[in-house]
Amino acid sequence: MYIIIVGGGQVGYQLARALLAESHEALVIEKNAVVSQAIANELGSSTVMHGDGCEVSVLNEAGTSRADMLLAVTGDDEDNLVSCQIAKHQFGVSRTLARVRNPRYEALFHQLGVDVTVSSTSLILEHIEHEVPSHPLMHLMLIRDKGLEIVEVRIPSTAGSVGKKIGDLTIPPESIITLILRQEQNPIIPNPDTIIEAGDHLLAVTPSASETELRNILTGE
Amino acid sequence: MKVIIVGCGRLGAQLADLLDSDGHDVTILDTDAYSFRRLLAEFHGTALVGDGLDEDTLAKAGTEQAEAFVAVTQGDNRNIMASQIAKHVFHVPRVLCRIYDPLRRDLFSRLGLEALSPTVIFAQMFRERLIGT
Repeated sequence: MYIIIVGGGQVGYQLARALLAESHEALVIEKNAVVSQAIANELGSSTVMHGDGCEVSVLNEAGTSRADMLLAVTGDDEDNLVSCQIAKHQFGVSRTLARVRNPRYEALFHQLGVDVTVSSTSLILEHIEHEVPSHPLMHLMLIRDKGLEIVEVRIPSTAGSVGKKIGDLTIPPESIITLILRQEQNPIIPNPDTIIEAGDHLLAVTPSASETELRNILTGE
Repeated sequence: MKVIIVGCGRLGAQLADLLDSDGHDVTILDTDAYSFRRLLAEFHGTALVGDGLDEDTLAKAGTEQAEAFVAVTQGDNRNIMASQIAKHVFHVPRVLCRIYDPLRRDLFSRLGLEALSPTVIFAQMFRERLIGT
């Protein structure tokens, strides 16, 4: 594949190296002459072009119309957006990717024709959610002399309980779901017919011993 | 008419003063408060320090209610991106921007932006001055 990389910083340089190692044809477009010379010294002068990857004439010279993919990975969101839009709309590149520093731009970029956005902030957040055991069950209060706890359980969208009536779940007999907090609604006092939705926050009273069982029934897949 | 201007350089400031003296409701944004020195002392509009690419800042500037939006920062790409946010996120009815690079101007005009290229305009004007039309 012929892959054009706009921006020869660390991200662009390492991408080019990796793509060359996988026998792709890669070209880095870098507007800083010193940086582009350094890349030429490392990866060979045919792998780098000195110029502004947001300019139609530069992208034309780079042979963008025959590129399979363009990766815009400069440090500036607006440059990455414009580079991708030119590649897509002027040169018909079928796959464009933009690095996005501000994750709030991701939806806008997709709307404007960027195929893939990569935001390091979003990636790190996703990673944290995967790696760090999320705590769908939080202890709010301990009623010591009764051996009971008041807990808050968040219902993830993957939970098997989503869409089910509370009465149909095999909740431990000593545990009681006392309140459902649902986004933008008044708190709901549940009855056996209340249907659980993803994103619900359930407040429950449970003996400490039944806590794991309660969590599994409510949040397990 | 409520107008948002992004970029308080020479052009942005001049335009803000003109529209303001015509009685329009002008809000001008710039990332550098020092840029507002270019506005006339009698400017009645709002000068707001902030990034014209930031949706929260644009919302604070009242972009949702704006009838016109003008992007005239120093960067072509900043103007292009700000204009597209104004058009596609805030649905401002009239969006104008400056794009120095004529080729980029042509492309984004085809994509629906109302863009002016000073490069093209001045080249034509200078030619007319030199050799007539």
